[in-house]
Amino acid sequence: MTAQLAAYSTSTGEAVQFWILGTIAVIGALCTILMKKAVHSALCLAGTMIILAVFYLANGAYFLGVVQIVVYTGAIMMLFLFVVMLVGVTAADSLKETIKGQRWLALLCGLGFGVLLIAGIGSASLSEFNGIGQANAGGNVEGIAALLFTRYVFAFEITGALLITAAVGAMVLTHRERTERAKTQRELSEQRVREGKQLPPLPAPGVYARHNAVDIAGLLPDGTPSDLTVSKTLRERGQIRDVSQEALNDLRALEQRAEERLERKAIEPTTFKRPEEASK
Amino acid sequence: MNPVNYLYLAALLFTIGATGVLIRRNAIVVFMCIELMLNACNLAFVAFSRMHGNLDGQIIAFFTMVVAAAEVVVGLAIIVSLFRARHSASVDDASLMKL
Repeated sequence: MTAQLAAYSTSTGEAVQFWILGTIAVIGALCTILMKKAVHSALCLAGTMIILAVFYLANGAYFLGVVQIVVYTGAIMMLFLFVVMLVGVTAADSLKETIKGQRWLALLCGLGFGVLLIAGIGSASLSEFNGIGQANAGGNVEGIAALLFTRYVFAFEITGALLITAAVGAMVLTHRERTERAKTQRELSEQRVREGKQLPPLPAPGVYARHNAVDIAGLLPDGTPSDLTVSKTLRERGQIRDVSQEALNDLRALEQRAEERLERKAIEPTTFKRPEEASK
Repeated sequence: MNPVNYLYLAALLFTIGATGVLIRRNAIVVFMCIELMLNACNLAFVAFSRMHGNLDGQIIAFFTMVVAAAEVVVGLAIIVSLFRARHSASVDDASLMKL
């Protein structure tokens, strides 16, 4: 492996790996920005990050490859998913443009930027490669540690301060100080009466419609489903199952079955008679 | 294969991330695109480290990861508190300071 990494060019195996995984990484990145739901974006990004970890390993950065999987896909992306579940599930991304033509201009800017960047790399003279074999000779982790605790030791210390500041900052930002006294149950009930809200508990979901699943709206006497019976979260997600036509469908199925039954009865005597006729 | 291809891939991923920041309006997705750009930079650092045959590039990529972790913690805390205040994660709604 180290001999290959020290080589002037890479092996065929790595080339195959690069082209296959690189394609998947680009597709994952595109899905990240094109998927409508934030959860799907997060999962696509996690896939791209895992592929990048494989690339780090292929480039001889063994420590970084493992750290990429543990820290990025393990911690950061799961934190993202956590916040998406907390915040973004009900908040769908509206597709209406607030600034006219902004999307096309953004695409144009992105395209121009990409062309500039790639042309810059293409025109740079990057023909000489040393390979990382020699630097990794004493072990990748040992080499990184030796550099980290000698030349970069001050940056490393400052990183510790940064992490502590970030942790404290996150706590300060999400902590909410209660500025007023919490209302007692009596005050809350009096407030409900004053505001004329629904006083008794909300009606149960669909038990009166011959179902007891929570995503089925209970039916009012005239057969229309009542949204009040379904939990607010399900209502906002639009996950209410409509059962107002179910009774009619059941009746139709029953009629159909009855017809089949009657037809069979009409046929059955003839089949029974046949042996009798045969005996006669 | 020439290892410069890793740089091209990094440039492509960075461009996709930058375009995503411009076209998406959900703050969480915008943040994910920023992470994608940081990852693309890391890939370029690692590729450079291999080309030049020393480990400094990997050290810088390591520091980028640490800073990205700190950034994610603070950024997501800001998004959560923004969502609490405005009941929306869209970047268009945070326009209180606009003239």
